[in-house]
Amino acid sequence: MYVIVVGGGKVGYYLTKELLSAGHELVLLEKDGRRARQIADEVGSIVLNRDGCEGKHLEEAGANRAAIVCAVTGDDEDNLVVCQMAKHHFDVPRTIARVNNPRNEQLFRHLGVDEIISPTRMALAAIEQDIPVHELLHLAQLQGGEVELLEAQIDSSSPLIGQRPSDVHLPEGCSLFGVIRGDSAQSLRPDTVFEAGDKVLALARADCEVELRRQLIGDHVPEAARS
Amino acid sequence: MSQGTRAPRTVIIGCGRVGAELAGRLCGAGHEVTIIDAFTEAFARLPETFTGQAIRGDGTDEDVLRRAGTEGADFFFALTEGDNRNVLAAQLAAESLSVQNVVAKINDPVRADAYAALGIATICRTRMMVDALGTHVGLPRDLTAHGVKRATGRHHADHDTDRGEAAPAGAAELAGATSGTSAGAGA
Repeated sequence: MYVIVVGGGKVGYYLTKELLSAGHELVLLEKDGRRARQIADEVGSIVLNRDGCEGKHLEEAGANRAAIVCAVTGDDEDNLVVCQMAKHHFDVPRTIARVNNPRNEQLFRHLGVDEIISPTRMALAAIEQDIPVHELLHLAQLQGGEVELLEAQIDSSSPLIGQRPSDVHLPEGCSLFGVIRGDSAQSLRPDTVFEAGDKVLALARADCEVELRRQLIGDHVPEAARS
Repeated sequence: MSQGTRAPRTVIIGCGRVGAELAGRLCGAGHEVTIIDAFTEAFARLPETFTGQAIRGDGTDEDVLRRAGTEGADFFFALTEGDNRNVLAAQLAAESLSVQNVVAKINDPVRADAYAALGIATICRTRMMVDALGTHVGLPRDLTAHGVKRATGRHHADHDTDRGEAAPAGAAELAGATSGTSAGAGA
């Protein structure tokens, strides 16, 4: 598979090495001359000292026949432009962008970037699992981010206490499917009654998160945020 | 969109020579102008005629744009030194913040054409200067090099409708979702 990687920072560098060792054909575009030479010394002539944001250079790199263009520079704006040019100018089937500002994720998807890698979001998710500030943890993103797997921590102020699954009316596209109580995970049964200390597992459309939080956690300010 | 005699509201990112000069002129013409730049020193370029608001911040950050009142602005001009920053800011303004009239300065002619085809109006200093100097030595004038190049294409992959009277369905949805979130956060 022919892959074009744009950006020879740490991510681009290790990505290039991994893809090469997996046997893929690829070209790395890095606009900084010194950095480009440094990587070329190690991996050879597949490094081009070019700015991947320029249509001309993408063309020279063979964007017309690339299966994937992967933009992993440290600047969101550059990654967006690379992906948009690849998609709309060269009909590249799959574009992948690194996004540093999590607020840009929705826009990038909306503008046609196929896959988003968000180091910030990943670090945030890892931290949230240790320190449940938000009481609604993001466990995984599915379907390119449209669907999220969430865990809600139920405390005594949750509107869910004493309710059964049939009492909960979630928006279209959201469902509760399991509960972790003590050390054991169980699937929801019609006679399950939610109690404080439960961790409820939910699948939800990304745009339903606010409503889901209201129904599972309630409107109160989390304790961790108060202190 | 414009109600009665309300002054037009304009947001500019990039307080370079062009941004500063334009901001002053628009203020003189009665616009309510907000200008954003990453460096406070840049605001020293603003002329005396400038009566608007100057905000230090990253013009490609949605939160900064929101704080500057981009939502509901009549015009948005992306005039920083970076073509790609202008592209990102312009698309944030058009797609996430529902500004109808957005122009991005893109000095790379290839990218300028590409983004006009993707639905962003662009202005390209390179083509304007090349044509001005070419005309100066007697070459025929290229009228397409001048002024704002209007968006020719559809806004992006998901949109079937051209940008016309009505905002495309996708943009409206996105705008609705984001404004809902901001209302919640502001409460």
